[in-house]
Amino acid sequence: MKILVCMKQVPQKDAPLKLNESATWVREDVGYEINEPDAYALEAALQLKEKNGGEVVAISAGPARAQTVLREALAKGADRAIHLEDDKFVTLDAFNIARAMAAAIKDEAFDLVLTGLQSDDYGYAQTGVLLAELLGWAHATIIMQVEAKDGGIRVKRELESGYFQHVEMPLPAVLTIQSGIGKLRYATLIGIKQAKNKPLRKVSYDEVAASLRPNQLTIEKLYVPKKTKQTEVIQGTPSEVAKKLVAKLRDELRVI
Amino acid sequence: MATTATAPQKKIVGGNFLIEETNPRDVFTPEDFNEQHQLIEQTAEEFSQQEILPNADRIEHKDFAFSRELLKKAADLGLTSVDIPEEYGGAEMDKVSSAIIADHIAKQGSFAVTFSAHVGIGTLPIVWFGTDAQKKKYLPLLASGEWVGAYALSESSSGSDAMNARAKAVLSPDGKHYVLNGEKMWITNAGFADLFVIFAKVDGEKFTAFLVERTFPGFSVGAEEHKLGIRGSSTCPLILNDCQVPVENVLGEIGKGATIAFNILNVGRFKLGAAAVGGARTCLANSIKWAKERKAFGKPIADFGMVREMLADIAIGIYAGESLVYRTVGMMDAATADIEKGSPDESKLIRKAIEEYAVECSIIKVWASEMFDKVVDNQVQIYGGYGFVEEYPAERAYRDSRVNRIFEGTNEINRLIITGWLLKRAMSGQLPLLPAIKKLMDEVMAGPSFAEEDERKLATQRKALENAKKIGLMVSGAASQKYMQQIADHQEVMGAIADIVIEVYAMDSVLARTLKLIESQGEAASATAVAITDVYFSEATSRVEAAAKKILADVAEGDMLRTQMTILRRLTKAEPVNVIAAREKVAARVLDAGKYAF
Repeated sequence: MKILVCMKQVPQKDAPLKLNESATWVREDVGYEINEPDAYALEAALQLKEKNGGEVVAISAGPARAQTVLREALAKGADRAIHLEDDKFVTLDAFNIARAMAAAIKDEAFDLVLTGLQSDDYGYAQTGVLLAELLGWAHATIIMQVEAKDGGIRVKRELESGYFQHVEMPLPAVLTIQSGIGKLRYATLIGIKQAKNKPLRKVSYDEVAASLRPNQLTIEKLYVPKKTKQTEVIQGTPSEVAKKLVAKLRDELRVI
Repeated sequence: MATTATAPQKKIVGGNFLIEETNPRDVFTPEDFNEQHQLIEQTAEEFSQQEILPNADRIEHKDFAFSRELLKKAADLGLTSVDIPEEYGGAEMDKVSSAIIADHIAKQGSFAVTFSAHVGIGTLPIVWFGTDAQKKKYLPLLASGEWVGAYALSESSSGSDAMNARAKAVLSPDGKHYVLNGEKMWITNAGFADLFVIFAKVDGEKFTAFLVERTFPGFSVGAEEHKLGIRGSSTCPLILNDCQVPVENVLGEIGKGATIAFNILNVGRFKLGAAAVGGARTCLANSIKWAKERKAFGKPIADFGMVREMLADIAIGIYAGESLVYRTVGMMDAATADIEKGSPDESKLIRKAIEEYAVECSIIKVWASEMFDKVVDNQVQIYGGYGFVEEYPAERAYRDSRVNRIFEGTNEINRLIITGWLLKRAMSGQLPLLPAIKKLMDEVMAGPSFAEEDERKLATQRKALENAKKIGLMVSGAASQKYMQQIADHQEVMGAIADIVIEVYAMDSVLARTLKLIESQGEAASATAVAITDVYFSEATSRVEAAAKKILADVAEGDMLRTQMTILRRLTKAEPVNVIAAREKVAARVLDAGKYAF
């Protein structure tokens, strides 16, 4: 099985975020890490390869620093990597990122594309689904388990309220993987050493520019929500207070 | 925030920092970590956070089966075999990687000690001195964590003076075995280790190392010691009662045990420094968290100036410690870069190259263990009453830190090594210390000069460092003149000279790193590093001055003393730095990040 894993570099979860001057995104001087759901997508891909053989290829779009994500994927066991390298990729919306990735892999025949369910920074949960549409493949979202079955795959989807759905799908397909579905492996020292010699193909912005369209989504302004506190004292006799309180909880706050 | 700058290539002479002005570009810093180093750091850090820290209580309760399991897990990732050649099952990487692992594994004192005893003193003697057959037999077992290693040098009546060991080895009549008798004390990992490097005197004279398996007849392990700290590590005596060791298990040459013992300690010392830095980083993260949570007078104690001062001091200790440790291992890597991998004398050449930096290793050991003790002390203070009870992490860290000033050579022994080594190198001409002293004396006798003003970055700090080096040379010269060959008998003077040398190396490393940062990231982005440098220099120059006074008062009197004090005053004259504002800048930065973040 030839598997592509889409990975994104995002600001570290515990990094204190500061807005940039135009208040359209966070400042560049933060620490970065692999988007967590993508790390689980990589883990799922590596496990599939261990069971069924094949190849795992990691792909990422972003500036030079994003290569760290790919090196980590290679150190953990991916066979090769594709880096769409340009600062401009950061400005693209999910649709265009999907277009860029589809263009970058047009000469490859993958059986399966895995992405994280969503990114920890923008949280659109769009790239994987849009990529499936562009490729004309089947897709499924919020996947917790994948196994090869009869030339296709069988997946477990997470639904709401603790329900799950088991789906059998044909290949090729795109799956978006849920975070926290197992234990992530560590990069071993041997893996880290080997990663240095694994192939990493760079794709420039120009190579995929023809496939891109104007962004349909742009961020106008970001702001940190203001914390406000309001205290209201309900007055009256105990029974009046109770009545008013119930009314507020039911009609205003809708918690009962 | 690491850059992809290429690591410095220049081969540096050990002890050179004392004589020459350092070019920051020749100095390796954490900002020079390459992609591999960063990935190793991440693996070690994640392993510690996910596998070690959540199990700290199990480790502390001496669940040795668990500690072994943890060691095995670390070995599966290659974390235990970074210093072992690939052909013997190791991951074989550079010393920067080795220090990164020691640094980031050190999140929990007991396990850090278990781990470092295994990979360092338990394994390295075989890597460096073992025969091919010994390496083939033991290294794969140690690299994979199937076996645990230990090292037995000290005895109840010999510690720092290890050569006075009483353990004895006698060749059996059939010439097949050495028969060992005696005892060893304070042996880390003894409770569960499988292989011991044991030192004993052949025929009561020739100090020699032996590889002793736990199952050899006549070998036994005594009861666990009840210790002040690192209680989750195993420390026991060994009993050798007609212990039979095959002749092929002699490590190195008969009578050359001292070479093994001293060489291994060099690595043990820089790794101890790295581990102290790692421990301090954990203390800072805990202290910040606590200072933000704990409220007094209606606000978090993180808002109070004196608490912020303590947080800043911890961060400054980490920055300086990183600068010292990574600079030194960077020098080792530059010095070993040309050694051909897999060549028959590879291990020997690496060992020799590391030996060149013996004095730097001793400096790191002393400096970092004393830094860490101040850090854990500050942490207890920040936690207040909660710092004094077992339920919070400050209390254990306080106890665990203390042993660092004792093992791997006490700090007193290391101070003697530092001064003794430099004076020895000076006498033999390997390090041009004497010409440097002469030049300085001519210069000061000529009176003050009116050299052009230094317009480079951090010119004041450069001057202070240059003067500290001069003070070091001046007092070394004065003390040598007074005591000549007998100087070694004046331990207090030797110790005070070491104090100056230690500070010079620390200042030199801190300044080089900060200058490099300014060059790569600009002044605005390096503001915190400059603040750290300001505070460190201010404190260090006071310590240098105090040590110099102590020495001069002992070695000179009358007019001579007055002249030397005049020179000293000239060399220490400086405007006071606003350390309150500088510390505040550092504290604000780490509180904002919630951890050590540079």
